[in-house]
Amino acid sequence: MNHTYEAVIVGAGGAGLYAALEASKTARTAVISKLYPMRSHTGAAQGGIGAALGNVEEDRPEWHAFDTIKGGDYLVDQTAAETLAEQAVQAVYDLENRGLPFNRTPDGKIDQRRFGGHTRNFGEAPVRRSCYAADRTGHMILQTLYQQCIKNEVAFFDEFHLLDILLEGNRCAGIVALELSSGELHTFHAKAVLLATGGFGRMFRVTSNAYANTGDGPAVAARRGIPLQDMEFFQFHPTGIKGMGILITEGVRGEGGILRNSAGKRFMEEYTPTLLDLAPRDMVARAMVTEIREGRGILGTRSVDDYLHLDATHLGKALIETKLPDIAEFCRTYLGIDPAEKPIPVQPTAHYAMGGIPTDIHGRVIADTRGNVYAGLYAAGECACVSVHGANRLGTNSLVDLVVFGRIAGTHMSEYIKGSDTVQVPKDADAGTAARIEALFPAKGKTVTHGELHGGKIREEMEELMMEKVGIYRKENEMREAVGALRGLRERFAMVRVQDRRKAYNTDLLEILELGNLLDLAYVTAFCALNRTESRGAHSREDYPDRDDEHWLKHTLAWLEGDKITIDYRSVDITRWKPKPRTY
Amino acid sequence: MKVLLRIERFDPSSDQKPYFQEYRLEAEPMDRVLDLLINVKRFQDGSIAFRKSCAHGVCGSDAMRINGIERLACKTLVQDVVKKTGDRITLQPLRGLPVERDLMVRQERFFEKYRLVKPYLINEEAVREKERIQSPEQRHRIDDATKCILCEACYSACPVLQEKNPGFLGPAAIVQASRFLDDSRDRGFEIRLQTLDTPDGVWPCENHFKCTQVCPRGIKVTKLINLTKQKIKKFRKERSETVNDGS
Repeated sequence: MNHTYEAVIVGAGGAGLYAALEASKTARTAVISKLYPMRSHTGAAQGGIGAALGNVEEDRPEWHAFDTIKGGDYLVDQTAAETLAEQAVQAVYDLENRGLPFNRTPDGKIDQRRFGGHTRNFGEAPVRRSCYAADRTGHMILQTLYQQCIKNEVAFFDEFHLLDILLEGNRCAGIVALELSSGELHTFHAKAVLLATGGFGRMFRVTSNAYANTGDGPAVAARRGIPLQDMEFFQFHPTGIKGMGILITEGVRGEGGILRNSAGKRFMEEYTPTLLDLAPRDMVARAMVTEIREGRGILGTRSVDDYLHLDATHLGKALIETKLPDIAEFCRTYLGIDPAEKPIPVQPTAHYAMGGIPTDIHGRVIADTRGNVYAGLYAAGECACVSVHGANRLGTNSLVDLVVFGRIAGTHMSEYIKGSDTVQVPKDADAGTAARIEALFPAKGKTVTHGELHGGKIREEMEELMMEKVGIYRKENEMREAVGALRGLRERFAMVRVQDRRKAYNTDLLEILELGNLLDLAYVTAFCALNRTESRGAHSREDYPDRDDEHWLKHTLAWLEGDKITIDYRSVDITRWKPKPRTY
Repeated sequence: MKVLLRIERFDPSSDQKPYFQEYRLEAEPMDRVLDLLINVKRFQDGSIAFRKSCAHGVCGSDAMRINGIERLACKTLVQDVVKKTGDRITLQPLRGLPVERDLMVRQERFFEKYRLVKPYLINEEAVREKERIQSPEQRHRIDDATKCILCEACYSACPVLQEKNPGFLGPAAIVQASRFLDDSRDRGFEIRLQTLDTPDGVWPCENHFKCTQVCPRGIKVTKLINLTKQKIKKFRKERSETVNDGS
């Protein structure tokens, strides 16, 4: 089936919805989402959205920009970071004006709390910058933006799965998607397309990410010859629920929670004496692994399943129930404990992709090392790399990124559409995709049983590999093994066939397509991690423990073609703040 | 321990009526029921159809009936529903919405009712300050209703919707309406009356409290419905009007 719109937005999380609100003011806009409305993973964001409102103490956007750049270990593009910090303020007011129920100060303003790596006056002390709605800020953002889309009558295509991007030379002409309810392919012709498909943490065994976070946008883009940027940088959030990876917001530490080892010691005193438990996530996660490796985990086994304690018992029941109610409920449900009475057992959990589809400051997708862009193709949010997070994202900045760059991309699309024609594409533009789907169905009369040819085993092996060999600490021989093993998994994946032969609501097919996307991105991630011989932000090499600005102060671009990956580099945009050693 | 997962299967394109299929597997008491479903799908039978996403009770994708009661599969632990090894866990789709396949139900009607209450802030006044001022007490008043994740558990559990009046607006939509009616910044009360103060609006609720019992977010749904009714009654009384409950 064919559809024609002016703007097509893939993904209905924060970035996609904000872009849709902007684009739909002037352009005929459709939002394609593989989930039902308000199921997107933006809804799981907890602790807050950073903006220098200065409601409870002095704050300035330039401090926010500096913290973002330093937090990202100077791999951040500084003009983008300044845009992020400056526009965050108005974005938060816009959300409030549209109904977002932020927590309030006694005088009725938006309340703010502390978060990791956010400081006053260029690193002096923690600052209260995170605007929050209890510990469900993302849920409220998602609800508010979707409510506004209803009000503005944006067209939604729910449960449509992105399969291909149509490119004519360097111009984007639309997308191809699979409709879950019918199993049919739909071609959406458009003057401009925005990819806002979110993250891909599901390549790791322990993750805070939703099952839907399979990197569909970046994977489809990569297979179309679009480069991916800085894929070696993947953030592990320090506090996931032991074993399960469910996120416990940094807001717990923002409200005064303390990480403790088996001796009950506040071990962050040894690592980041100024910011303590509110140091950036990469540093806290590494400190936790070090504590465990040196036998000071709660079990003392030095093994990967050891953990530490997040102590919130001194915060009191009242504060926990008003400011961290969902965290209290997660603890009751999944651990059987009350965080006001007992410490929470935590270990780092794969959380956020700093890398992704490279874009310029308007959200336009970048095609090469010189910064040339594709016409009519945009990306925003976690699937994109603009790059405001550099080598390590600060807490609350993901929500800022969504609303600021989602809005910018939507506005730019709407301007671009006014001056552009529809791109003609061949009638059979979806033929290649149709053949690919057809090939996943076994020949008639042949039955597929669960075994080697089903994706379940391959998925498990990928998750283990990424967790153990491309995780928080990395070294050459392990990553080399991972790259080889992933190549093998991708070969085996080519043999996988669906067991479910029906067309309508075929979630078996969907999972196989998602696994294919994860495998491609895991392969690129491992390859890029092996390639970067330094430690920076979330990329920590035991064999190259230091940051190496002389050779590595540059963005990686990676092109995937079959099982060949080609690497090249882009320079980092450094304007006001020259790289310095990163201490807290 | 060993558990038996008993799943109601149905494909409207080929099956005359629903049937049960059983799967045996190993489970830990702390496993989520969703973990079991995923395990079966990945290693036993890829054709089982169900929805999932966040896996920790915040996205609302995997509401279903577990041993007859509406719950989120990702927020229900094996130990919550199983006493001893060999016990059965029965999984069925939500009620009141057409089954698409197995545990997946069509949600259009539910979201249509949601949209009817105009679930967005209605306020055309210019904003004088940077943010609209709202006291912590005013903010607290809407806290419970803002937790709703539109998972449809209450919709399925509502005896009025299932047995008497499928046209009833339903608990979730009324919760969403109350979230705005009680918001000190909203000005849409009278606009929403067109939906709420009708025979299929708030009035069919008979206080069975099933919605409150099953709500995975712990929202006091019935209470919010009753507060909404009171608000409408008060408004009509002040204008010497009667409520439009169809009587």
